[in-house]
Amino acid sequence: MNAPQAEKINLNQTSNQPKIKWKRKDLLGIAELDPAEIELILNTAESFKEISSREIKKVPTLRGKTVINLFFEPSTRTRTSFEIAAKRLSADAVNISTSTSSVVKGETLIDTAKNLEAMNPDCIVIRHSASGAPHLLARLMKVPIINAGDGAHEHPTQALLDLFTVREKLGHLAGLKIVIAGDILHSRVARSNIFGFLKMGAEVHLTGPRTMRPPEIEKLGVCWHTSLKEIIPEADVIMMLRLQLERQEGGFFPTLREYSRLFGLNMELMKETKPGVLIMHPGPINRGVEISPEVADGPFSVILDQVTNGVAVRMALLYLLVGGTE
Amino acid sequence: MHLLFKAARVIDPASGLDAQADVLVEGGKIKEISSSLPEAKVTAPGKVINCQGKILVPGLIDMHCHLREPGHEYKETIETGSKAAAAGGYTSIVCMANTLPVNDCRAVTEYILRQARDKALVNVYPVGAVTKGLKGESLAEIGDMREAGIVAVSDDGQPVMNSSLFRRALEYAAGLGLPVISHCEDLNLRGQGVMNEGYMSTILGLRGIPKAAEVIMVQRDIILAELAGAPLHIAHVSTAESVQIIREAKRRGVPVTAETAPHYFSLTDEAVRTYDTNTKMNPPLRTTVDVAAIIAGLQDGTLDAIATDHAPQSPVEKDVEFDYAANGIIGLETALPLTLTLVHQGHLSLMKALEKLTCQPARILNLPGGKLQVGASADLTLIDLNREYTVDINKFKSKSRNSPFHGWQLKGKAIMTIVSGRIVYSED
Repeated sequence: MNAPQAEKINLNQTSNQPKIKWKRKDLLGIAELDPAEIELILNTAESFKEISSREIKKVPTLRGKTVINLFFEPSTRTRTSFEIAAKRLSADAVNISTSTSSVVKGETLIDTAKNLEAMNPDCIVIRHSASGAPHLLARLMKVPIINAGDGAHEHPTQALLDLFTVREKLGHLAGLKIVIAGDILHSRVARSNIFGFLKMGAEVHLTGPRTMRPPEIEKLGVCWHTSLKEIIPEADVIMMLRLQLERQEGGFFPTLREYSRLFGLNMELMKETKPGVLIMHPGPINRGVEISPEVADGPFSVILDQVTNGVAVRMALLYLLVGGTE
Repeated sequence: MHLLFKAARVIDPASGLDAQADVLVEGGKIKEISSSLPEAKVTAPGKVINCQGKILVPGLIDMHCHLREPGHEYKETIETGSKAAAAGGYTSIVCMANTLPVNDCRAVTEYILRQARDKALVNVYPVGAVTKGLKGESLAEIGDMREAGIVAVSDDGQPVMNSSLFRRALEYAAGLGLPVISHCEDLNLRGQGVMNEGYMSTILGLRGIPKAAEVIMVQRDIILAELAGAPLHIAHVSTAESVQIIREAKRRGVPVTAETAPHYFSLTDEAVRTYDTNTKMNPPLRTTVDVAAIIAGLQDGTLDAIATDHAPQSPVEKDVEFDYAANGIIGLETALPLTLTLVHQGHLSLMKALEKLTCQPARILNLPGGKLQVGASADLTLIDLNREYTVDINKFKSKSRNSPFHGWQLKGKAIMTIVSGRIVYSED
């Protein structure tokens, strides 16, 4: 008796677009967000997207604010995307990139972050190879923290831009069949997307080598498939994951050749897909490994739309977390 | 000096005694146990201690702790570790060999015992290394260390992966009357894991350590103990499967004993959710299924003892990313209350719980303590079973603070600790 009523209230909330306010200090993961919060971010991103297509791509919203991009892992796309997002909002963006971990460098992560905080930034965007590193900072610091990818845990801004892209292209998220394929075990993109799509009412199907299936993953409410072929005909979205070669402890698959043949997406498989299927990839692409060049560059690929939308989503997040004037 | 404990509930698991009695201590030994002893027996500067409503038990024995001295005195010293022990109700502690330098030769053993004699509040019994430098390559001078005073050998923290060498260690130590304590872990299966492998490691994106990493080595070590006909003690059992394997081995007469630690029956890997590095230890926290099996193992005696695996770490090791944090938590000051929680919850009788903290570790390691009997050394612990308190790491006597139990409401604790007739800890 209660369930339909609750559903109705939710529907009302979305259709009436009530002004729910952003309340969190940090964005650490998708797991802790509720659907209304995700919706708020996506809607905010929608209103920011237009700015990037203007002649003058800048609004004064975050003028006088400072955003620090603290990247402990190599990144081109995400770091640049955050930097552009900050600059289009008129914030000052400072980039700190260090490929070595804080431990190797000799200064602890906490010390590094506290030193940065002492310079009064308004937001710290962190990428780190250790899962939970942003959570450590969020606990100790007053400044808002945005997780730009932590270990194999979460990459929430990637998932948000993926949700945004799918919603933009297909008009809705609920009821869609999303296939995520490849190295699920080591993928923070996979985790954030699993949480995000499930929360928004989509179905999530996973496939890849058995060695890369995270233990007890079904408990999240996803389905595991032994091959792409098995699930591909029903898919609305196929998201291929980067094979993260640098994270392999070894022994997960025999050779790249075999991986590509058994678990890659190629034109042969594309024959089985629904018309209008979306092909996604978080990048950077290993061409010819998890996705063949023809598919990556093909008509169903929205890979570059994802990148475009990344800027809008990150602008929305900076706006929500850092605030500023309308 | 005399000490007279009046009207205590005296429990001695070694003899099964559980009765209201007075206990007189004289010259560091238990002189008399009787239903009523006159206070006149106490001559100045002796003390009469009213124990109404309190429980007097043999001093607790921790058969597995890390005192960090020599080498890591910034985490703990033999002195501070012994103070933590006294505050937790322990009168004897057994310290592992992974110091710097490793306790793999007589000189280090003698150093530890000298520091203990000069500075420790409680009895300290060192464990020697099985292999030189804990490297798992060649046997340490176990016989020489035994003469110097070690009570067992163990490469705790570093399993001896070479099965042939471990077999020889079991045989050699048995010939000297020493048990081998094994930290059961297949290093290849552990890989770079930092927590239990399962649902929690999946959602936290942390590398998992499968239970099999422990279970395989428990099985291997038991088979080798059987082959060698030598006593084996399994340290810090954390999985349901290990409990079952040990149970079966005992049933067929393998000379195996085993311990668990309070965190393995008090916490699950759910506690890792916040990436609190005080939930990182090795073996890692497991699941509710394992907790239930550990409790069942304690109930039926498969798990003989409860040890702390007290592993002090400083903020240098713990205030870092979870992946980089050192393993281990301190336990000397929380082990008794956490064990008594099992009693309050009805999982263990008080007698059985106390047995695992006193006479069982004494039996396994052939230690002199663990019994409350006339003529025995007056190592005693006075417990208030109903004392409710909140764990506060800032009040710990240990030099370190790495406990996941900060803020926990617990019931029951040691209120006085006596070593050889001397009060080494007293509440109030």
